[in-house]
Amino acid sequence: MTAISKTFNQLEKRKEAALIAYLTVGDPQLKYTPRLAAALIEGGADIIELGIPFSDPIADGPTIQAAVARSLRGGARPMDALDVARKIRERYNSTPVVLMTYLNPIFRVGLEKFLSQSKSAGISGIIVPDLPVEESADYKKQCSAAGVDSIFLASPSTNPQRLKRILDQTSGYLYLISLYGVTGVRTNVSDDAVNMVRRYSSMIGGSVPLGVGFGISKAAHVKRIVEAGADGVIVGSAFVKVIEANARNLTRAASKLKGLAQELKKPTTKLSR
Amino acid sequence: MSALIDLEREYSRLKDDPEFRTQLGFYLREFVGRPTPLYYAANLTRKANGAKIYIKREDLAHGGAHKINNTIGQALLAKKMDKERIIAETGAGQHGVASAIACAALGLKCEVYMGSEDVERQKLNVFRMDLLGTKVHPVRSGSKTLKDAINESFRDWVANVESTYYLLGSVVGPHPYPTIVRDFQSVIGREIKEQILRLEGRLPDAVVACVGGGSNSIGAFYPFINDEQVALIGVEAGGLGLETGKHAATLCAGEEGVFHGMLTYVLQDADGQVQPTHSISAGLDYPGVGPEHAYLKATKRATYTSVTDQQALDAFMELSKAEGIIPALESAHAVHYAMTLASGMAKDQIVVINLSGRGDKDVNVVAEKLGVKI
Repeated sequence: MTAISKTFNQLEKRKEAALIAYLTVGDPQLKYTPRLAAALIEGGADIIELGIPFSDPIADGPTIQAAVARSLRGGARPMDALDVARKIRERYNSTPVVLMTYLNPIFRVGLEKFLSQSKSAGISGIIVPDLPVEESADYKKQCSAAGVDSIFLASPSTNPQRLKRILDQTSGYLYLISLYGVTGVRTNVSDDAVNMVRRYSSMIGGSVPLGVGFGISKAAHVKRIVEAGADGVIVGSAFVKVIEANARNLTRAASKLKGLAQELKKPTTKLSR
Repeated sequence: MSALIDLEREYSRLKDDPEFRTQLGFYLREFVGRPTPLYYAANLTRKANGAKIYIKREDLAHGGAHKINNTIGQALLAKKMDKERIIAETGAGQHGVASAIACAALGLKCEVYMGSEDVERQKLNVFRMDLLGTKVHPVRSGSKTLKDAINESFRDWVANVESTYYLLGSVVGPHPYPTIVRDFQSVIGREIKEQILRLEGRLPDAVVACVGGGSNSIGAFYPFINDEQVALIGVEAGGLGLETGKHAATLCAGEEGVFHGMLTYVLQDADGQVQPTHSISAGLDYPGVGPEHAYLKATKRATYTSVTDQQALDAFMELSKAEGIIPALESAHAVHYAMTLASGMAKDQIVVINLSGRGDKDVNVVAEKLGVKI
């Protein structure tokens, strides 16, 4: 059983959904990322997603774009994410670390090498937003061989036939994009999003945990999404904003991240289910 | 991804539909002004003192460039797909203007993303789009140029996919865009073939075109791909010289990568970060290139070379004075290489230059380079 499955199993026993927290590696500087990730875990994050900085983050909104720009300006390089992961895993060996990366940095290193190095750094899963399932046969095979979960994304426009293909290739959790658009904080979680989570939750019927992301930033959002049937909520831009606002005082950034993680973790309890 | 699958399905359904072909034919003829002439450049031929040089006059297409061949086609496609809102990216503004023209003609709402640096550099085209009723959104992310305008267009598209058609301007991006744009631009090569057969009774020995994303060149090349005796030569932006790293010669100096949804050559660093590019011509200033060009390079069916800013500028002046045709700086790259090529060829041989656009938009840049105040 992979680290991610173990985490979801344990959470299921406690009737909780996972809080999956995203950070851009190297934002604002590489040396701070392990400490900021630790703050999220101390606050209750169950899984950490590390974003690899890439020059053209096409699926990301302004907040994460700015984080990536800070990271690249600070000199962070894609494979630095593995050192960060190693440091996190040394201290929190039961918390899975997942990489979120565009395809080109992987392609540049070579898939096989990228996967074997990721595995030995303790990476549990990989998300590649610009790798469509239609092009993923070899990728999936190599992920399985390396023992790394391949986490694919589904969106509001994914039709049932395509969802089936995605589910065939997905392990760890399915990453459901809750809205039409890019990453970023939104004021509300729409009724459409809630209905979609319900629909997906019944469609996938527990075959793989359902993680829901994009636009989730507040406790009230988490509550609605978890009540609708999500097994995990993915929060990125809200955490990144905290770092952006406290980039000059990383101690304060860490304490605020911990506070926000605590706040968002609370409503992950599946009381009504 | 679902939107791309829909687009592929709708396009393959419509592309051979007689009614669609008739409408497209009407607009290309009556609105764009096709066919454009294939002009025998007698003066340039004399100067080169070698092969006969013909110029395909895409500069005479409505709007001043080949871009309209694609925008009219895709705008018609969007209309058939019941999309009421069109978005497009633009670098120098030529594709933005061509989109604005097509949308105005077909009664579609158009919004264009343009890097904020380009908005500054290309004020004339921004104003033209405004006159044509198109809203221009300056893009302030990344390098604030064409690639970032494409990023932002994709971001808009995923957010508004139900109502919106993304009218991509070159043979780049995810499938089916490179195919769609190639098909609409292939009218250039089909006309060249027909015209040269009429004028000379044979095919040319070489077709030369500039390559940024690669739409005018693939349009000129594609109908000749099976005519192995015709050399197909793409000319990239050599900027300040390949050795300086300040250029946009993706096929000449890039490496394989995945960018904007395509596996192709990319100008990138050791980590796969996409690099800033430089060219005197904003239309060639793109760090990727159409995947079909990557294929033609790999199979050696086409060859690719580069021409520097200075050489393009020289050709810009030369064509203006010799033939009374002011070329776009992009097209001037092809002119320079074709002149060199022709001068090494026999007098009974034929070289065709695809002159992708006119140079009115570039006079400010050229004046500045020459130290002239206008």
